[in-house]
Amino acid sequence: MLTVESAAKRRCAIVQFLQLLLAGVAQGCVYALVALGFVLIYKATETVNFAQGDLMMLGAFFALTGATVLGLPYWLTIAFAMAVMVVVGMLLERAVLRPVLGYPAFTVVMVTIGVGFVLRGAVTMVPGWGTETYALATPFADKVMRVGGVVVAEQQLAVILHTAVLCLALYFFFRYTRIGIAMQATSQNQLAAYYMGIPVRRINMLIWGLSAAIATIGGILLAPTTFVHSNMGFIGLKAFPAAVVGGFGSVPGAIVGGLIIGVVEALSGFYLPEGFKDVAAYVVVLLVLMVRPSGIFGETVAKKV
Amino acid sequence: MRFLFKTSYDQDLRLFRHSGQVFWYGLLAAVLLAAPWWASEYMMTQLHFIGIYSIAGLGLMLLVGFTGQISLGHAAFLAVGAYTETLLQAAGWPFWLTLPCAALLSAAVGIIVGLPALRLKGIYLAIATLAFGVIVEEILARWESLTGGNSGLHVKPIELFGAKLEGDAGFFYLVLALTAVCCIALANLLRSPTGRAFVALRDSEISASCMGVNLAKTKTLSFALSAALTGIGGALYAHKVSFISPEQFTLLVSIELVTLVILGGVGSLHGAVFGAAFIIVLPQLIAIAKDYLPAGVAGAAGLQSTVFGLVLIGFIIFEPMGLYGRWLKIRTWFELFPFYRKGMFRRQKTYMKSERLR
Repeated sequence: MLTVESAAKRRCAIVQFLQLLLAGVAQGCVYALVALGFVLIYKATETVNFAQGDLMMLGAFFALTGATVLGLPYWLTIAFAMAVMVVVGMLLERAVLRPVLGYPAFTVVMVTIGVGFVLRGAVTMVPGWGTETYALATPFADKVMRVGGVVVAEQQLAVILHTAVLCLALYFFFRYTRIGIAMQATSQNQLAAYYMGIPVRRINMLIWGLSAAIATIGGILLAPTTFVHSNMGFIGLKAFPAAVVGGFGSVPGAIVGGLIIGVVEALSGFYLPEGFKDVAAYVVVLLVLMVRPSGIFGETVAKKV
Repeated sequence: MRFLFKTSYDQDLRLFRHSGQVFWYGLLAAVLLAAPWWASEYMMTQLHFIGIYSIAGLGLMLLVGFTGQISLGHAAFLAVGAYTETLLQAAGWPFWLTLPCAALLSAAVGIIVGLPALRLKGIYLAIATLAFGVIVEEILARWESLTGGNSGLHVKPIELFGAKLEGDAGFFYLVLALTAVCCIALANLLRSPTGRAFVALRDSEISASCMGVNLAKTKTLSFALSAALTGIGGALYAHKVSFISPEQFTLLVSIELVTLVILGGVGSLHGAVFGAAFIIVLPQLIAIAKDYLPAGVAGAAGLQSTVFGLVLIGFIIFEPMGLYGRWLKIRTWFELFPFYRKGMFRRQKTYMKSERLR
């Protein structure tokens, strides 16, 4: 009798663990998408974009406008928000980032922090957006499935699937399209790419557009859990550790890092005392930085004079 | 225009290069000492905050501007200073003992933070300090038996040499004296071998180590000193607002401090003070400007953050040397009167300065 009880207990614990794991992976996917934006921009321009989270927020707001004001269906909403954000990202690069090209890295970081402040503030001034919290309707909300005792929210599955599809699309984009290959070349060596006739500056602009679009998807996927509001961009600060854990210059690293952070956060929220959930990402990043300063997938380059 | 005719090497090292500087700093000191007579109560409060932010800003300036390290977690040192001061004061320690303790404990924490800095550079260091800042904030919120958690702590007024330091004037003189001491101490430090080592390390770590600078020691020292100064700022801040809680020391405060340093002008002590004054005055300017803005913009909650961001971006793009750089340009314009050229302060742009290969 006792063994049956303990077996049931253990089974229950396993189910709980799996559920937490799934929730963590879903959350981690959002981190991964934001981290992906960081990494793409960093690889191409060596700029760390602190405004990435705020771009995500802006994208979510555009999706909101698309869904409510324009009345678009879900898929068209995503396309609409991404299209707008590509333009926003490109304009941002042209207007703000290009003038500071060649400045010390930290100066550029401060510029992006400034951009983040402006975006966050500007959103509150737009009529219809403001400081309120909005819900973004998705076709997956509130449906659950049961897989062998584990309750799976369709929303979580949708997040994971979206991310997987996006990663696959990005992989093919970078591997087979002309622009994708040009972007790779630019991120490996700007000067050489320039000599080969690649319009480096235009490519940089496109990369900003691309990562703004990726951030938008992150925002739309995040919307059902946190809702859309002007401060949702602060999640970018969690995506940061994700990018670092994976190694700042590595695209697969960003995904893996995001997943690690998401899972660790979900597990520590349940198994560790209260308060650990909020700092879990930062503790992980400090540990990784101490053991392997360039991240899990980061290339270690010896410094030249 | 003034020509300095140098006849000895000591002239390069003097705190005051010429009698004019002595005169102007003396005048500044006199005006500030007379502040309780000419300033309104509101202005006194602003002056308090400018002094406090100057001290904290000087700390960060030492690290960012002179040692070339990055910190996005300086609010943590501010917090350590503030909490140490408050708790020791509550335990009945006198102020002349609690303030050094706040500085020392902050310095100790600074050394701990400085440890990863020995291996990390650039953006990785920024992340590590950011992570540290967030963790400290969380610890303060959770360690309720000591810090009172999110409900915060009340701070007792300062008691100095048996007399209670109350009122605006007394606190103002204290802040003024400490700011002056910090400024002079830093100016002195920067003309000593240690300060030169900081600057050498900023310009090139490899060259500095070739010249015999002990990188680990110098970086750690820089972190410790920077943290100590910020800790002093935090202790004074605690007394000024007389109530502290973890949400006063968030990441946004760290960013505000870095902004202060950049707006003031990276790599100048004047810059820290200018930046502090600017950061404190900016919200008032916004409040005044609100009357002239359309209602939808003026009433928005994010107005301040927008202006803050725009100012930051504008400064970096159009005046990377900050307020102090602007002042230098204006002064040079007058000094050279008809001969000032536009490109005199143009910085050398370096293209393709890759961190990956550096």
